Amino acid sequence: MNKNNSQEYDVIIIGGGITGAGTARDCAMRGLKVLMVERHDLATGATGRNHGLLHSGARYAVTDPESASECIKENMILRKIANHCVDETDGLFISLPEDDLDFQTQFIRSCVEAGIPAEAIDPDLARRMEPSANPNLVGAVKVPDGSVDPFRLTLANALDAKIHGAKLLTQHEVMGIIKEQDRAVGVRLLDRHTKEEKTYYSKILVNAGGIWGHHIAELAGVKVNMFPAKGSLLIFGHRVNKLVINRCRKPSNADILVPGDTISVIGTTSDRIPYDQIDNMCVTPQEVDILMSEGQKLAPSLATTRILRAYAGVRPLVAADNDPTGRNISRGIVLLDHEERDGLAGFITITGGKLMTYRLMAEWATDLVCKKLAIDQACQTAETLLPGAKKRDNFSLKNATQAIYSEAPLSLAQKAARHRHGSLSTKIKDKNEYEDSMICECEGVSVGEVNYAIEELHVNNLVDLRRRTRLGMGTCQGELCACRGAALLCAKSDNPNAVKDDLADFLQERWKGMYPVAWGETINEVEFTSWIYEGVYGLKPEKN
Amino acid sequence: MKNKKPYELFNISDNNFEQCVKCTVCTVYCPILAVDPDFPGPKQSGPDGERLRLTDPKYYDEALKLCLNCKRCEVACPHGVKIGDIIQAARIKYSKHKPTLRDTILANTDFVGTVSSAFAPIVNTAVALKPVRLAMDLTLKIDHHRIFPKYSGMKFETWYKKEAAATQDLYPHHVSYFHGCYVNYNFPQLGMDLVKIMNAIGYGVHLLEKEKCCGVALISNGLIKQATRQAKHNIAAFEQSVVDKGMPIIGTSSTCTFTIRDEYPHLLGLKNDTVRDSIELATRFIYRLLNDEKIVLKFKPDVKLKLAYHTPCHMEKLGWSIYSTELLDAIPGVDMFILDSQCCGIAGTYGFKKENYKSSQLIGKSLFDQINESDIDFVATDCETCKWQIEMSTKAKVKNPISILADALDVEATMKANGVVLKKES
Repeated sequence: MNKNNSQEYDVIIIGGGITGAGTARDCAMRGLKVLMVERHDLATGATGRNHGLLHSGARYAVTDPESASECIKENMILRKIANHCVDETDGLFISLPEDDLDFQTQFIRSCVEAGIPAEAIDPDLARRMEPSANPNLVGAVKVPDGSVDPFRLTLANALDAKIHGAKLLTQHEVMGIIKEQDRAVGVRLLDRHTKEEKTYYSKILVNAGGIWGHHIAELAGVKVNMFPAKGSLLIFGHRVNKLVINRCRKPSNADILVPGDTISVIGTTSDRIPYDQIDNMCVTPQEVDILMSEGQKLAPSLATTRILRAYAGVRPLVAADNDPTGRNISRGIVLLDHEERDGLAGFITITGGKLMTYRLMAEWATDLVCKKLAIDQACQTAETLLPGAKKRDNFSLKNATQAIYSEAPLSLAQKAARHRHGSLSTKIKDKNEYEDSMICECEGVSVGEVNYAIEELHVNNLVDLRRRTRLGMGTCQGELCACRGAALLCAKSDNPNAVKDDLADFLQERWKGMYPVAWGETINEVEFTSWIYEGVYGLKPEKN
Repeated sequence: MKNKKPYELFNISDNNFEQCVKCTVCTVYCPILAVDPDFPGPKQSGPDGERLRLTDPKYYDEALKLCLNCKRCEVACPHGVKIGDIIQAARIKYSKHKPTLRDTILANTDFVGTVSSAFAPIVNTAVALKPVRLAMDLTLKIDHHRIFPKYSGMKFETWYKKEAAATQDLYPHHVSYFHGCYVNYNFPQLGMDLVKIMNAIGYGVHLLEKEKCCGVALISNGLIKQATRQAKHNIAAFEQSVVDKGMPIIGTSSTCTFTIRDEYPHLLGLKNDTVRDSIELATRFIYRLLNDEKIVLKFKPDVKLKLAYHTPCHMEKLGWSIYSTELLDAIPGVDMFILDSQCCGIAGTYGFKKENYKSSQLIGKSLFDQINESDIDFVATDCETCKWQIEMSTKAKVKNPISILADALDVEATMKANGVVLKKES
C-alpha cells in the first residue's frame, strides 16, 4: 500500500446518494474536511429510482405519524432551500367507490395531528382541479404534495459541499475499510477508470451507502440488518396530471401518480428480494401489469398514454436492532453509532429514512460526527439555500414589471435550462446560435448546457450527463441526442475512443428501461433507434 | 374514453403527438423552415413542443404564428401525427398575440367583400394605385408589392338569384354549392362555370342557407370566436342540405373545402360527422360520376391547351389533386404536366403581411422559376390564393380546372348525351 497518496480527512462519507451528498454538505458547512466517495455516480442508487415525490407526509400519517411529521417539516424546508428542484404542484388523495370513506376521516385527523394541512374538497372541485383524476372519485383531500428532482437535489448538495471545501470522488469503489485495533481509520478505494488502488484516511467514516451500506458494514466487520424491498415504477411520455394523485387508503401497490418535469411516474410495487439481487434490478411483466391496472384507477388516461420506460429501485429498509427477525421494519431514520453498538470506533451508519428526510438524516449524522470530533457547530442546512435556489424577492409591482419587460425573450433551451439549473443557469454559455442550438430536442438541452455540465458538474460519461441535464430522458430516449452528446464529450475527452463504448453503454441502458414496456409506440422508437445506431453508424453493443 | 375497455387501447396513445418517433422527416418538407430560421420547425413546434407546453405553458413560443398551416408536414409524417393541427391548436390555446387591425381586415373576407363589392370600381382602382398601396404598407403593414384581387361589381349570389335560381329545381339531380368568398366577391365567373357544367350533366345547383365564410383566415389570424360562430352556422346549413334534403355539397376552392371538412372538427372542435363525407371538391364529384360511367362529357372539337397543374398545399393534404388532373386530362387537346408539388408561399393572408413578404416570395421561388421556364397557356390550380401568388410572381395566367373544363365543354352535346330532360315548370 502506497502511503504517499494517502490523505487525512476529518470525515469520509461513503455513498453519493442523497444521504451521502446531504451529509457531505452538512459536514463541510460545519467546517470539517470532507471526502465523499461514490462507486458509480451521484444519485445512481435508490436516490434516483423513486417517484421524485415531495411527500407532504400524508401517506404516512395514519401508519407512521413520526415519519409523517418529519416529512411535512422537511417538505417546507425543501421548498425554500431547493426551490429550483421542487415543483409545488399540491396533491390529492382520492377515494374511489370501492374505498372506505371512513378512512378519509381518520386520514384527515391523522394529517392534522402530524401538522399536515389536509383539507377535504368537493369531488366536483377535485375533478376540475385535476381533470386526469378518475372521474368516479367519491372523495378527495388536498395536501401539500409536490415533486422534487432527486438528481438535481443530490447535485445541488454535492456542489454545495464542494463550495465548502469538500472533495468528491465518483467512480471510486470502496474495497476495504482500514482498521487500527478497534477503530476504523480509512478506506481502500478502487478507481474504476484507472483501476488504481488508493487509500484515504479520516477520523470518522460515515456509511451512507443505502442498501449497499449492508456490504460496507460487512467490510468494517459489523452487521447492519438490511431488508431489500424492490419497488418498480413506470414513466409515462408526457405530463398526464397537474397534481400528485394518491389513493386515500392504506399504502398499497401503484397508488401514487407524480408529475415530474415533462413526465408522470406511477408506482410502486413492493417485493422483498434477496440481498444478492440488489445490483440486478429488472421490472417483470407482472409488475408492469399491476402498475398499469392499478394506475388506471387513479387516472384512466394512463391506459392510452405512451410509456417511456420502467425502472426499479431498492428501499434501504433496516430492521430495528432489537428485532433481528426483521418483522419490525422501520421506514424511519436509523443512525447507528458502531462504537456504542459494536465497539468499532470512528464508524457511523446513517440509513433508513426517505428521500424527503435526507436533510434531517444528514443533520443527525453530522451532529454525531461533530460530537465525536468535539466540534461545536450548529447545523445550518435548513436555512441556507442550496446552489441554484433563488432567493424569493419580496413581491412588488415594480419587481414584477421589471421581470416581464427587462428580459429578452428566451429560447426554448434557455427556458428549460433556467428551470433545471435555477440561478446557476447564468453560468451556461448559450448566447450565440451554436451554443443555443439543441442537443436534446425532447427536453430542450442546448450545447451550452451540455458543455457547462461537462466542465462543472462532475460528468464522467453520457449517463452522468443525462442525470445532470435530462439529455436522453425525453420521448426519443436518446435516439437523436445520444450521438450529439457523445460528440461534445469526445471533444472534451482525453480518450475519445472510450466515448464510443460510452455511447453504446448509454443506449444499452436506455434499452434496459424500455424493454419491459416494449410495445406500441415504444417499440417503434426502439426499432428506429437501432436502425440509426446499429444500421447507419454500425455500433455493435455486444462488442462494446 | 367511457366506451373503451381499458385494455383495448393499451398504450396506444390518445395523444396523437406521442406517435411521433422523432424521424424528423416533417422538417424536410416544411416550406417555412427552409427560408425563416426564426420558425422552430414542425417537429419542435408540434409534437415536441406540445409535450413541453403540457409541462408548463411558458414553453409556448409566439414564433408558432409563422406556421403556414400548409399541412405538408402531416402529409410527410409516416406515423400520422397531426402536426399542423397540433401547432394551430396550440396557437388557439396559448397565444397572447392579439390580432391587429390589419389582421382583422384581412381575415374578414365576408365583411370586406360585401363592402368592397358595393364600391367595386372605386376600391379596385384605389388599391391598384401605388400611393394607396404604399399608404396601406405604412399604416396597415400590408406589403405594397401585393396586388389585391379585384372585386366584382355583382356578387355571385346576386347573379345566381337573377339568372340561375329559377331553373335549378327542374334538373333531375341536385347539389349544394359552397362558393366561398372568392367566387362571391371577386370572381363570380368560376361559380357560373360550375353551374354551367353541373346543369349540363343534369344537376341543379343550389345555394346553402345564408352561407358564411369558411373562416380559414379568421382561424389563422387568431379570431377564433368569430370563426366558431360562422362554422356553427355553416354546419347547420350543411345539415339542412345533406341530412334534410339529401343534397351533397361541392366546392370549387380547395382550402374552403378542406376547412369545412377537416379544420372544423380538428381545430374548432365542432362535430361535422353527419355531413363531412358529403362535402367534396367539384372536380372529385364530377370525376367520380365519370369514372362510375354515370355521366359522359362532350367537348368542343377545337380545344388546344398546354397546361401545368400546381398542387396547392391543402390539395396535397386532401390527396385530391388526382381528380382535378384526371379530369383535365380527359379533355381532348389538353397537353398537361404536373409542377413539382410545393407551397407557392402565399398561404392565405400570410403573404399579404409586410413582415412575411420576403419569406413568401422565397418559398415560392423555385415554383415561379419552373413556371416561367415552361411553355404553357395556363397554370391550372384549385386554390384562389395560389392563383394570386402565381399571377403576381410569374408571367403565367392561372385558371381553376372547373373554368377550363367549362370553356372546353360542349354543353348541348353533353346534355344530349346524358339524356338531361328538364322537368316542366309548374
